[in-house]
Amino acid sequence: MHRNFLATAVALSLALPAYAVAQDDTEATRSELEELRQQIQELEDRLDQQARSEAANTGDREPARQGVPEQDSARPLPSNSAFNPAISLILDGRYRHLEQDPDTWEIGGFVPAGGHGHDDEGGHGHGAGPGERGFSLNESELAISANIDPYWAGFFTAGVRNEEFDVEEAWIQNSGFVPGVVAKAGRFFSGIGYVNQQHPHAWDFGDLPLVNQAFYGGNLAEDGVQVRYVAPTPLFLEFGGEMGRGASFPGSERNANGPNAWSAFAHLGGDIGFSNSYQVGGSYRDTRAVEREYDDTDSMGNGVENVFMDLDSNTWGLDFIWKWAPEGDISVRNAKFQAEYYRRKEDGQMGYDLDDMTGNFAQQGAYKSEQSGWYAQGVWQFIPRWRVGLRYDLLDSGTLMYEPITNGSISRDDLQLLREHKPERTTVMVDFSSSEFSRFRLQYANDKSRFDVTDDQLMFQFIVSLGSHGAHRF
Amino acid sequence: MKLFSVILCVLLLNLVPQVSHAEIRAFACEPEWVALLKELGGKHVSVYQATSPKQDPHYVEARPSLVARMRRADLVVCSGSDLEVGWLPLVISSAGNTSVQPGRLGYFMASEYVERLDIPDRVDRSMGDIHPQGNPHVHLDPRNLSIIANVLAKRLALIDSSNAEAYAQRNSAFQAKWSQSISRWERDASGLKGLRLVTYHRDSIYLAHWLGIELTMTIESKPGIPPSARHLASLLEVLKAEPADVITRMAYNEPKAPQWLSDRTGIPVAELPYTVGGTKQAKDLYGLFDDTIERLRKATGR
Repeated sequence: MHRNFLATAVALSLALPAYAVAQDDTEATRSELEELRQQIQELEDRLDQQARSEAANTGDREPARQGVPEQDSARPLPSNSAFNPAISLILDGRYRHLEQDPDTWEIGGFVPAGGHGHDDEGGHGHGAGPGERGFSLNESELAISANIDPYWAGFFTAGVRNEEFDVEEAWIQNSGFVPGVVAKAGRFFSGIGYVNQQHPHAWDFGDLPLVNQAFYGGNLAEDGVQVRYVAPTPLFLEFGGEMGRGASFPGSERNANGPNAWSAFAHLGGDIGFSNSYQVGGSYRDTRAVEREYDDTDSMGNGVENVFMDLDSNTWGLDFIWKWAPEGDISVRNAKFQAEYYRRKEDGQMGYDLDDMTGNFAQQGAYKSEQSGWYAQGVWQFIPRWRVGLRYDLLDSGTLMYEPITNGSISRDDLQLLREHKPERTTVMVDFSSSEFSRFRLQYANDKSRFDVTDDQLMFQFIVSLGSHGAHRF
Repeated sequence: MKLFSVILCVLLLNLVPQVSHAEIRAFACEPEWVALLKELGGKHVSVYQATSPKQDPHYVEARPSLVARMRRADLVVCSGSDLEVGWLPLVISSAGNTSVQPGRLGYFMASEYVERLDIPDRVDRSMGDIHPQGNPHVHLDPRNLSIIANVLAKRLALIDSSNAEAYAQRNSAFQAKWSQSISRWERDASGLKGLRLVTYHRDSIYLAHWLGIELTMTIESKPGIPPSARHLASLLEVLKAEPADVITRMAYNEPKAPQWLSDRTGIPVAELPYTVGGTKQAKDLYGLFDDTIERLRKATGR
């Protein structure tokens, strides 16, 4: 580093007088040039000498080879990420037995994240819904990561499923250019909440909590930039901010310059002895939807297409994680408790019953809603490799104010999907990991997401990882 | 209310950046490196211990507190060779601290400076969770520790040149005492040469290599794969045909499988500290080897 700098300085100092020489070609300048050359030669010699003595002083790059007799003089094999990117592939196969037709699944009282209630596949957004009946292959996840240069690291994951290839995350990150600051840019899973940053193979259940499904349609990914700051304190204290495209639910594509979504989050975490560790967090996210449509049904049972315009949507959340392992040893027994709460306010305009021919709405007016949801789950590893878990989800459709309803133009029942409802789900699971790289899970859920109908969902899942050994978040 | 204010006070105290009088703030992944840093750094180095001696060093959570400590560390000292691959890279990349990034002065992977054993010819997960760079548990050969101490002392001097002399002095004092201790341990353990030892995991390979002990088999079926009933039954068959002298388990290994084998074969079990703090007697690096040899001798009567 020093050398490069000096060499550049020397080159510059050489270049400048050389220019002068060209201007005024006299004996005097020629001798000056010769003098300069000698000075450079001296400088270079001194630098070389310095480098040699530094190398001798440091001397710690070359492993000492005493004490242990030569076993194999060859250098160790490079690790997964020594020169090439670390590559891993997650395979996820499932068998499901669903009492109710999954095509009729909806989260009653909530605007579906994908826009469409239950008429087409994936309508609830990526990562929402009970999935398909019978045998199916879930998304295979390909992850590639490596350091780009001394300043940046890069990470890429894509979900592959049938003909779909979905870039889930693709970001670059710098850690510490500004002390304590970790900066990320590209597409990334938002830092809000806790479970949102986890990929499916790190989930403790086969699916996401209902609240994440209802509020974000699965993992919330942002195209944008994220900056996190870790405070220099013995307790873990982190502040983060994001701004981004905000195109995914509850925002919408906007075709505009500038950011369409802002988030802020903070985490506080620490240990109580070696056995307990915890983390609490809070988050806030603000985004806009300029044209977000969804399908509903009116009181007569006719389908209507409603469109939100100029909608401001903000969500705040709280998250709490606690982990226990005797003396920190997770290999035999450990426990984990996690809970998250979210509350969303939406404020804007909604057009009711779009006429595709004319592009006009039957009704239009101010729309306001306030909805919330939470979950709590516990996972207990009671013997090596075996875990059991229990999760409870509860959502509240909350309050709804829509101008055409208030002034009597339509009735409350003309928004069938937005009727009052408290979706609820109870899930139990047991899983077995034959090694760190594979997990087999049996899960049962009693799902009351739909209005008035209970679904019994049984799922068997295997989820394995091939390739490099990735690190897991807390 | 009173409880609440106490909690609040503790929280606030923990949020105030700590004023430390030590010149180097070190982050040590495992207890053995805490001990070595204390030997070499004395009051000039403050050390944070990331894991407990009773925990399996292969499975560590990337706890928030580790990120907080990494944030302010000047030096991180770990075994390396992928032992910490499941958490350390994530902790380092989340901490926003350039001085401990791989390749920098503040990143010290101890096993890189000694000859590693058990380097696999072929790397395949069907062989369990093996380390392509070789066995990372290098600290159980005290000769490795003296090599590592030499390099680490130089590293401390490079990071904190104002105390370079102190580190060099402490290191030569350590080296002198350590080489005497090695001779003593080798004398004490001379009877263990040729011992046939059943180990839980091959973390004892460096110890065995040093003392001329033969590792006959492992209780776990493959690295990182706990023993199944069938595997234990097959071990029992082999042990009946070719008896071993001692079964060992490290302080972090579960006790049931070794005890089960011992009950059926009559081969004694020795519980070894593995690292500093693994047993009451293993108070420091000297105690670690004193106690390890003591326990092996006691169990085998040699």
